Amino acid sequence: MRVVVTDVVFRYPSGVQALAGVSLEIAAGEAVAIIGENGAGKTTLARHLNGLLRPQQGRVLIGDWDTREHTVAQLAHRVGYVFQNPDDQLFERTVRRELAFGPRNLGRSEAEIQAAVARTLAKLGLDALAESHPYDLSLAQRRLVAMAAVLAMETPIVVLDEPTTGQDAAGTALLGRVIADLRAEGRTVIVISHDMDFVAEHFPRLIVMADGRILADGPTEAVLAQTGLLAQAQIDPPQLVRLAAALGLPGIPTTVDAFLALWARARATGGLDRV
Amino acid sequence: MKRPTVIAIEHLTYTYPATERPALRDLSLTIPAGQFCAVLGANGAGKSTLCYALAGFVPHFYRGRMEGRVMVAGHDIAATPPSALVGLVGLVFANPFNQITGACYTVREEVAFGLENLGVPPAEMEPRIAQALAVTGLTDLADRSPFALSGGQQQRLALAAVLAMQPQVLVLDEPTSQLDPAGTREVFAVLGALAARHHTTVVLVSQALEWVATYADRVIVLAEGRLVADGAPTDVLTRPEMETWGVGATRYTQAARRGQAQGLAPTDRPLPVTLPQAVAFWS
Ligand SMILES: Nc1ncnc2c1ncn2[C@@H]1O[C@H](COP(=O)(O)OP(=O)(O)OP(=O)(O)O)[C@@H](O)[C@H]1O
Ligand SMILES: Nc1ncnc2c1ncn2[C@@H]1O[C@H](COP(=O)(O)OP(=O)(O)OP(=O)(O)O)[C@@H](O)[C@H]1O
Ligand SMILES: [Mg+2]
Ligand SMILES: [Mg+2]
Repeated sequence: MRVVVTDVVFRYPSGVQALAGVSLEIAAGEAVAIIGENGAGKTTLARHLNGLLRPQQGRVLIGDWDTREHTVAQLAHRVGYVFQNPDDQLFERTVRRELAFGPRNLGRSEAEIQAAVARTLAKLGLDALAESHPYDLSLAQRRLVAMAAVLAMETPIVVLDEPTTGQDAAGTALLGRVIADLRAEGRTVIVISHDMDFVAEHFPRLIVMADGRILADGPTEAVLAQTGLLAQAQIDPPQLVRLAAALGLPGIPTTVDAFLALWARARATGGLDRV
Repeated sequence: MKRPTVIAIEHLTYTYPATERPALRDLSLTIPAGQFCAVLGANGAGKSTLCYALAGFVPHFYRGRMEGRVMVAGHDIAATPPSALVGLVGLVFANPFNQITGACYTVREEVAFGLENLGVPPAEMEPRIAQALAVTGLTDLADRSPFALSGGQQQRLALAAVLAMQPQVLVLDEPTSQLDPAGTREVFAVLGALAARHHTTVVLVSQALEWVATYADRVIVLAEGRLVADGAPTDVLTRPEMETWGVGATRYTQAARRGQAQGLAPTDRPLPVTLPQAVAFWS
């Protein structure tokens, strides 16, 4: 399902202008990462997608729905939003109940709910924790539960606000697989993250925000090549991009394999004599 | 010069109330003054629990069953009321929301709050607050409400409040998990300088392996509540078991390993964990 944001302006009651005219278009089935400095407006933008916030100027379209004309409950059928802080989201007694809550609210049948819960528990490796109280889990585990609770709603659009935060290597790899699965199912995936290595590996398109505006929006390699702009947005490029630059390799490797291919090519053409 | 021991943990086993499996098992560890020690481990390995044990939240707040002993700067933590540890041990929580008092109207007051409790004279407070706000990039937000902040700004505030107290022992549970990349790098540099120049003992949980490798003096790894590795960052971070322990490796290490497997990279050089090491490895 398509997302169209047009000239959105939003100011918090305190007077802070968090979005200063944001426009973007995300096609159905696209996977996009939003990056940028603390306070850039990423979460504020994400909250506009599920109607938690409404634009004061401009418009947000979710498919053919204008968010100002639909309730949060209606929008929940189309957009699943995982909060930056899992503790803002979790309130049930067990992990299993937490996962059932969303689909039940959407009016799914009991059989559908149980099937979605079972699928999601398995997909996120949470089977062993299904009967645990969310507050007895570690923070990274609670984050996975918060994500599972939203994924169980099986919405056409999924928005994840900093899902990699505090995840171990296995958790990060798991997230990569979840995103790949969502893409394979044709769902639209929007992820906010500060983990540039993760973002480079999993997203073909990057949007860079600073000061409530979009600084850059384009294919990942092209965006990561704009060193000055990234620095302005407090972003250090991914490790392998910095390594390639330091070695004088011509290219923007977003994965380990891409780096090795770049290295092999440069060596074969004798381009590394001076290194 | 041998530094005095500041943290001494002896055979610590701890189990949360109403659970069966201990979160920490027979953990022994000593840390000298001024050391920057990073704690790594998988989700649920016990990293936060170790932080709580150093700051007295375990056992005083969480209760549960504790065996063994935790000594910090000569205090037996189990026998010391947490109020007596304030100013000595500063803990930055993984979730910054748990740290914000809710009693202050501005970011500046939030940072001042801890200093007032410590009885810091007013003349000394101002420069300490200004410095804590500056190093965490909050100077321009000093008059904002602590609740009108983004996630990363809240995490910066949680850090600023603890830094201003200048504790002898700083315990930080994933203090940069929500910071932008430049912010993360800057906070590590600040912590490195505190340990090196002011002999602050720093115990830090983090998944930012590149900056752990660059700034920490020592890395320990927890797996299912046990201490499974302890050594110099470069040694520990390149161990093959890091995959099994769920910690993983930097992209520099991953690329070097895969390059070696494919016959593209030298096999007679130590695996890199930082950018300068990676440049040397491939040159
Ligand atoms: N509840 C609020 N009330 C007032 N201002 C707010 C509120 N939440 C955020 N802000 C401000 O709005 C701006 C955008 O914040 P937002 O949370 O969207 O940033 P972000 O890009 O998600 O940052 P982070 O990476 O730190 O999560 C910031 O200046 C922030 O201080
Ligand atoms: N308040 C609690 N009550 C009961 N069990 C808990 C509590 N907090 C943590 N645990 C359990 O103790 C173990 C260690 O948790 P801890 O939070 O120390 O892990 P961690 O290494 O910090 O993980 P993470 O990287 O996810 O933060 C886990 O098995 C967790 O489920
Ligand atoms: Mg945010
Ligand atoms: Mg933890």
